Amino acid sequence: MLGGRRRMECALDAQSLISLSLRKIHSSRTQRGGIKLHKNLLVSYVLRNARQLYLSERYAELYRRQQHYQEGGLLLGAPPGCAPAGEIPPEFSPLQLAAEPEDPEPGMQQPRSCGLGCAAGGALGRGGGDLLEVPVCAALLPGAPQEDEPLELQPSPPQHPQPATPSALRRDSSPGFYRGGGGSSASPGLLYPVPTSCDFGSPAPPGSAMSSASGGASAHCSSRTTVLDLDTHVVTTVENGYLHQDCCSQCPCCCQGAAGLGAPPPTPGTKRKYYPGQEDEEDGDPGGVAVGGGSPFSLCSKRARFEDFSPEQPPDSSNISNLISIFGSGFTGLVSRQQADCEQPLNGQLCGKQALASLGAWTRAIVAF
Amino acid sequence: VAEADIISTVEFNHSGELLATGDKGGRVVIFQQEQENKIQSLSRGEYNVYSTFQSHEPEFDYLKSLEIEEKINKIRWLPQKNAAQFLLSTNDKTIKLWKISERDKRPEGYNLKEEDGRYRDPSTVTTLRVPVFRPMDLMVEASPRRIFANAHTYHINSISINSDYETYLSADDLRINLWHLEITDRSFNIVDIKPANMEELTEVITAAEFHPNSCNTFVYSSSKGTIRLCDMRASALCDRHSKLFEEPEDPSNRSFFSEIISSISDVKFSHSGRYMMTRDYLSVKIWDLNMENRPVETYQVHEYLRSKLCSLYENDCIFDKFECCWNGSDSVVMTGSYNNFFRMFDRNTKRDITLEASRENNKPRTVLKPRKVCASGKRKKDEISVDSLDFNKKILHTAWHPKENIIAVATTNNLYIFQDKVN
Repeated sequence: MLGGRRRMECALDAQSLISLSLRKIHSSRTQRGGIKLHKNLLVSYVLRNARQLYLSERYAELYRRQQHYQEGGLLLGAPPGCAPAGEIPPEFSPLQLAAEPEDPEPGMQQPRSCGLGCAAGGALGRGGGDLLEVPVCAALLPGAPQEDEPLELQPSPPQHPQPATPSALRRDSSPGFYRGGGGSSASPGLLYPVPTSCDFGSPAPPGSAMSSASGGASAHCSSRTTVLDLDTHVVTTVENGYLHQDCCSQCPCCCQGAAGLGAPPPTPGTKRKYYPGQEDEEDGDPGGVAVGGGSPFSLCSKRARFEDFSPEQPPDSSNISNLISIFGSGFTGLVSRQQADCEQPLNGQLCGKQALASLGAWTRAIVAF
Repeated sequence: VAEADIISTVEFNHSGELLATGDKGGRVVIFQQEQENKIQSLSRGEYNVYSTFQSHEPEFDYLKSLEIEEKINKIRWLPQKNAAQFLLSTNDKTIKLWKISERDKRPEGYNLKEEDGRYRDPSTVTTLRVPVFRPMDLMVEASPRRIFANAHTYHINSISINSDYETYLSADDLRINLWHLEITDRSFNIVDIKPANMEELTEVITAAEFHPNSCNTFVYSSSKGTIRLCDMRASALCDRHSKLFEEPEDPSNRSFFSEIISSISDVKFSHSGRYMMTRDYLSVKIWDLNMENRPVETYQVHEYLRSKLCSLYENDCIFDKFECCWNGSDSVVMTGSYNNFFRMFDRNTKRDITLEASRENNKPRTVLKPRKVCASGKRKKDEISVDSLDFNKKILHTAWHPKENIIAVATTNNLYIFQDKVN
């Protein structure tokens, strides 16, 4: 799926396409003759395609913003001792480290999601969900593609020669792991409140917190994290441990999140939602990365999070959230079940498929409903 | 346009003498060709209404709180075995076998009954009178002979009569059932692609047809653009195909709507049984049954719509299911398009033509003028630009006489019958 090409072809942007598709699904439920399985299945494909493009566009935008902010010097420098760019073991977030204890299962480490809705990170701690979730957040950004390029949505197995097992993701990544073209560039990825990352990280000496993380982890600390978005198969390198939250577009303050580093709960923008209902754990994180409101962070959730389309978004999205809430109760169960089922360590490709499958789960659930 | 009048299926019988149409209101209208005027032989006989009957009524499934549409999805004729004609008609859930018979005589002169049917007072009957048949105005009666119900959870999209003339298949989105024409209380499920977990659903069955000569072979097409050929001798449940026909997707054409436009809307075997034709949103493909990895011929029906897919998605036109058909000799294929255009592709000469079915542009007995759609740039005289196409005027259903060059083309609610010039 080529975002750019698609965009050229379609007069509607991804978001409108999503809301249009949801409207179609919704109205088909009231049509005479019952739900037309075939049509709904086709609409769900469009939904999936649009959603992926939408997410990649969001990430691209965030990346652009981050670039901008970076220039503005709001970023924290890499804490001393943090290895510079290079072979940085992908690390998702300090939160991850914090999360370690909760998620001892190997291969299931659910890095805490950076706010970027990796609230999919909601998967975190649930023992379910894909690791993929996390990277999403961070992943968003085009470690690879250049700023203005929409992210490649097409899973590109050839570009991920390394199995992106959750643990693998924490190890030293070889260049091959990076998506061709950009992964290894020093392009900053998302920002995320770091120093705390160091703080976070520190509690987790490379060996521990990042259990599966390789030794290089510590070095990494906050300087660089490489994450694999198993959904979009984008590998992103996050510089300085900065994670830019997806909500940035709505919460301008989030850039200031940078400022929150090391400080007590920073501005709302930096709040990060790991997963719903885990506030207590988050509070415990050093650096006070507290739980933010659910909505701004769930944007890139791969699961059918209703928060994906949070009210803060433009009216179109509120339509989406309203529409989705119509399906709400019927599907959350499905969704959570789906997450719980994802237990095995998966390589990148499989993870991707699973993410896609789960992504499709809710859309298909709509169909089946 | 009254919705009930929208034509939903068109089918010639095996001799071509009868043409049946089904509509959204559940009615079937049968046209009969006049016998040729042998003296003049100026033209083949015209088609006039022969019979009209209500095949299906709206129903309500109380268990699921679902209304079942009466729209006739498909009509298939049985070969004629006696004086009566038989056809199968189906809506979303129920298939019916109809007997269409003529009555041109009636018994008159009953001994015990008055002419109007009332019984006479026995005490007034003093003589014996035997009724005799006397001619009457031709009356065509349609009576339902079999009702094949309750076998489909999903919406029936196809029925196909086997070459053994004893069995037929019916296909819905996820299953295909095999019936015997005489038995209504059971059917065999021969294909089931329903996944254990509906969330894993990735494709549905869109059309199915028996091979014209091999009574053990049938094909079914999917929403993913694949066709599977199954052999019923291989196993009772034909979930595993014998052949899978699929053309790899051209990655440069990838878009949001790739899945939609690759969904196959119709599959038809050639009369010879050697080839089959599939219709997806933008093209018609001819497959050789001996070659699975790609079609042998591909014809673009309206490629100029490729850049309009987004708008077509908005107005739902992208979900339109076009049918296609072969001529009697398998040399020409035909399919419909928008703006009441329909297209024919000559497989031998590789020429194609676009014609329009409309009253304004065609007087009876005038030769149809070829039409052309201008995709972009300067529009030549007589060309129509893509943007001025009327997407509400679509030709989804077409049929070709099995023996002659007579075609039936259904616009939204009108049926056009064209024939080639007879010199």
